[in-house]
Amino acid sequence: MSAEITSPTPIQLAEPATASASVAAMQSVVRRQRIQDWFFHKITMVFALTVLFVLVGIIISLINGAMPALSEFGPGFITTVEWDPVNDKYGAAIAIVGTLASAGIALLIAFPVSFGIALFLTEVCPVWLRRPLGTAVELLAGVPSIIYGMWGMFVFAPMFSEFVQPLLKTTFGSLPLIGALFKGPTMGIGILTAGLILAVMIIPFIASVMRDVFEIVPAVLKESAYGLGCTRWEVVRKIVLPYTKTGVVGGVMLGLGRALGETMAVTFVIGNANKLPTSLFSPGNSIASTLANEFAEASTKLHVSSLFALGLILFVITLIVLSAAKLMLMGLSRKEGVK
Amino acid sequence: MIQVKNPVYRRRLLVHRIGMALSVSAMALGVFALLWILATLLINGFSALSANLFLADTPAPSTDGGGLRNAIVGSLMMVGLSTAVSTPIGILAGIYLAEYGEENKVAQLTRFVTDIMLSAPSIVIGLFVYAMYVANVKHFSGFAGSLALSLIAIPVVVRTTDNMLKLVPNSLLEAAYALGAPRWKVSMMVRLRAVKAGVITGVLLAVARVSGETAPLLFTALNNQFFSTDMNQPLSNLPVVIYLYAMSPYDNWRELAWGGALLVTFSVLALNILSRTVFAQKAPK
Repeated sequence: MSAEITSPTPIQLAEPATASASVAAMQSVVRRQRIQDWFFHKITMVFALTVLFVLVGIIISLINGAMPALSEFGPGFITTVEWDPVNDKYGAAIAIVGTLASAGIALLIAFPVSFGIALFLTEVCPVWLRRPLGTAVELLAGVPSIIYGMWGMFVFAPMFSEFVQPLLKTTFGSLPLIGALFKGPTMGIGILTAGLILAVMIIPFIASVMRDVFEIVPAVLKESAYGLGCTRWEVVRKIVLPYTKTGVVGGVMLGLGRALGETMAVTFVIGNANKLPTSLFSPGNSIASTLANEFAEASTKLHVSSLFALGLILFVITLIVLSAAKLMLMGLSRKEGVK
Repeated sequence: MIQVKNPVYRRRLLVHRIGMALSVSAMALGVFALLWILATLLINGFSALSANLFLADTPAPSTDGGGLRNAIVGSLMMVGLSTAVSTPIGILAGIYLAEYGEENKVAQLTRFVTDIMLSAPSIVIGLFVYAMYVANVKHFSGFAGSLALSLIAIPVVVRTTDNMLKLVPNSLLEAAYALGAPRWKVSMMVRLRAVKAGVITGVLLAVARVSGETAPLLFTALNNQFFSTDMNQPLSNLPVVIYLYAMSPYDNWRELAWGGALLVTFSVLALNILSRTVFAQKAPK
């Protein structure tokens, strides 16, 4: 009986020999892949770090270029109201006031309009119309800045000076406090016009951020409000807005960051006067428009360095505003939960 | 409609109706602004559209006629070079952020900085390239202009690539890993391939963005009155020519400025629409 037990087949005896060879082959493949993955990680990391290096490089080169002016004028540079290339005396106050005033006006106007557009696109609009209208708003964002400048200077400003500005002057010019803002010759170009053009430019950015955050609101919350008999307006005011508060503020600050840095549109319509603006109708200068106008022809070292100092101030302000915007938007997406 | 007599509800309904009307008018205002700008361009720029626009060079002051040939060619060259440079850098950086971005702080910082650079003032980028490159070689050049445009385009490509790559579902990646693929193959050949169209959209949007940028070119490439294909010298380009000619006293210069503005705007809008329709990325399943 015991003779009928068959011994293990020859194939089984031969397997350990090929098994170790295949294990070795597999190990070499894995080792090769691990090296490839390491290279992949390092190469892509180097390219990703270029953006960081560029940011650091910008800050360093701006500080470097601004050093002569800053050491000559000191920290008072920011508050000095003077820009005199002939006598080589410079101060940033005029440009800063122009930048902040035009961006502030732009925000005041763009915020309600963007809110209206975002509200329309998320709640009111029929679904088949959503895509084309959304694309139309985003096309506004795609129009280059210089085109806004040309439209502003050749079409908008003449119309503005002929029809709207006299109306504003007669309506508001005689009021006690804010009347001073509406005095002055109605030339069409100036701080107010620059603010209005900037408003049209930043509306698509703010509207698209608002639209994204409005869509994040859980339908359950809105539906329970509707179930209680709220009108659509009440749902937006009492449910959607409080839920997306941080996102809305983030979007507004993103728009502000854009408005601060806009160059060509502002250069065409702000009037390019190196004087402090006294009313909404007076011409002024923004940091970006000063740079655009004067950099290519700046002759003295102090002039060039003061322009670099202006660029540094603009970059720092924009950096702070955009970082704050990004932090707020990140806070909102964390609220969404892990996707 | 049900007639409601309750005065409180009627007031609420009125507030709602006013709000909705304001919202519709805000939308109408936005669309009106877009149509107004496009109409302005068509009305003023149409007369400049002729074969001469593409065949003749920019005219000297007080000379009649002329075209925009050198500006168009210069712009195409600079945008082309900047696209060639920024696309690989942007895509590889976007791959890094999507692959390793959740794991370490450096990647998160890079994503943060990229989003900030996306909205940073372009004139400051021009200043940077001037300080780093132009001031050192002591002349303006098309290369400097391309460099400035690349620095503006890179964050756009990085962000779009990153967002697109994150859309690929984990199940697809896990299936690839289960088959024994190394990480780089899963990333390049599975993940990237799934969102090819979206990445192309990102590149097209970057091209659209840099085609219209004027400020960074003002102190890097400057302008050239004559036809030139030398990238190492000041190179003519559409945006700066439009800027210089728009505010000039000569009629034919202003007409050329409008023609150039028409060209730039409609190419940018065409690129935007193209990327939304032909290259529209459907979420990979």
